[in-house]
Amino acid sequence: MGKREGLEVSLAVAEAVKLARADVIAAYPITPQTHIVEKLSEMVAEGELDAESITVESEHSALSACLGSAAAGARTFTATSGQGLELMHEVVYIASSMRLPIVMAEANRALSAPLSVWGDHSDVMAVRDTGWVQIFCESGQDAFDLTLWAFRAAEDKRVLFPVMVNLDGFHLTHVVEPIIIEDQAAVDAYLPPNDFPVPLDPRKPVNMGTFAPPHIYSEIKKSQEVAFQGTRPVLRELLDDFAKHFGRKYNFVETYKADDAETLILTMGSYSQTASVAVDELRAKGRKVGQVRIRLWRPFPFDELRAAVRNAKRLVILDRAIASGTSSPVATEVRSALYNEEKRSKIASIVAGLGGRDILPEQFVEIIERGEKIADEGQKEPFEMYGVRG
Amino acid sequence: METPMAEKTWKDIETGFVVETPGGARAYRTGDWRSQKPVYDKERCVKCGVCYMFCPDAAIRIMEDGYVDVNEYYCKGCGICARECWTGAFTMVPLSGSEKKEAKK
Repeated sequence: MGKREGLEVSLAVAEAVKLARADVIAAYPITPQTHIVEKLSEMVAEGELDAESITVESEHSALSACLGSAAAGARTFTATSGQGLELMHEVVYIASSMRLPIVMAEANRALSAPLSVWGDHSDVMAVRDTGWVQIFCESGQDAFDLTLWAFRAAEDKRVLFPVMVNLDGFHLTHVVEPIIIEDQAAVDAYLPPNDFPVPLDPRKPVNMGTFAPPHIYSEIKKSQEVAFQGTRPVLRELLDDFAKHFGRKYNFVETYKADDAETLILTMGSYSQTASVAVDELRAKGRKVGQVRIRLWRPFPFDELRAAVRNAKRLVILDRAIASGTSSPVATEVRSALYNEEKRSKIASIVAGLGGRDILPEQFVEIIERGEKIADEGQKEPFEMYGVRG
Repeated sequence: METPMAEKTWKDIETGFVVETPGGARAYRTGDWRSQKPVYDKERCVKCGVCYMFCPDAAIRIMEDGYVDVNEYYCKGCGICARECWTGAFTMVPLSGSEKKEAKK
């Protein structure tokens, strides 16, 4: 049986990586992800974890080292945040195109300028279309569980794509929560050794990461995309499998008091739990308000999302990132998911909580009420920012 | 026999576009990229080997007698050999129409 411990969430992620028996960790420390790799290098130095801890000079090198390690068939982990993820950017695409099962903990952080180490979703939104499986955590338990799950999912031969586990910087990474840390035997029973199908091996040389002239590039990209879009049923099955092993069930899209709700607040990440408190407050006043939380961000869970919002009159969609020059990322995705539906909810797109700004439960109540008004009147602007002075 | 690359469908692509037959670069004729070629004047050559060292495609080899030979299957016609040669033993000459056609074969 696992043990319930009060633990900083970053350290719980490191525990998950250790329990997963990672072979290689290549990462560069960056706030607010630092505690994860710091703890892992300590585990390696103390001999608690038999892994190579590769110290690198940048995030670009960190993920590049991961390419080689994953290609050799080693179970590979990295972690980054904000500017670090942006510095990795070109390698992020290469990892998924080469179908390398790397697991990354992504401590979501705002992007410069101005410099901000605090949490929002700007960083992950810049890599949302890179072909990584991207999943969001709402709590410390999520972060521990989904890190374990990420190895299982990435390495499954029907998947073979890298997996990014998103946890909000500070709001998750730096908080102490009671977290069930599973024991080694249970994790070993859950997670088979990595068996990468065509590893780098001098006895059987292969070419990886070659170039592709115009006569073959499109065929390669189609084969990658068909495979990626096709991972949904496998990922669903693997979340069921996680629940069978550990009793905790995660879904692509989660709902809260949504069945009869006329208004749904749609959130992603750690603020989801705060928003639930606001939903409770409004329900206590007799208002038909519920919540939808997107957990799997890529591949986007179109079916689950449509099913979750089917009966709602209004959707109030909260984004923690701006997509400059257009509407905000989650709202854009939801709109495109619903466009061909005969019955569509009215949408209010609201951006809040940028650069680590808290949203308190009473402010969520305001956001929901403001969103209802916007949805009923018809939103004129691409999105509205909440809680900005002036 | 393996399907030629230009005839493969997306379903024929190996996961991650791994190429399981090594040596693809050896078969790939980069010589057909060129629009000019180096013409070698053996009389001017002092056998220093600088062209051999600078050739980015290793298309120049040093023969037993110390003179060099350009492998036209790989030579892209970049002109670095002509630029680096101390004695001007290489002259870059634009390909004629028929030579361009020949190189494409």
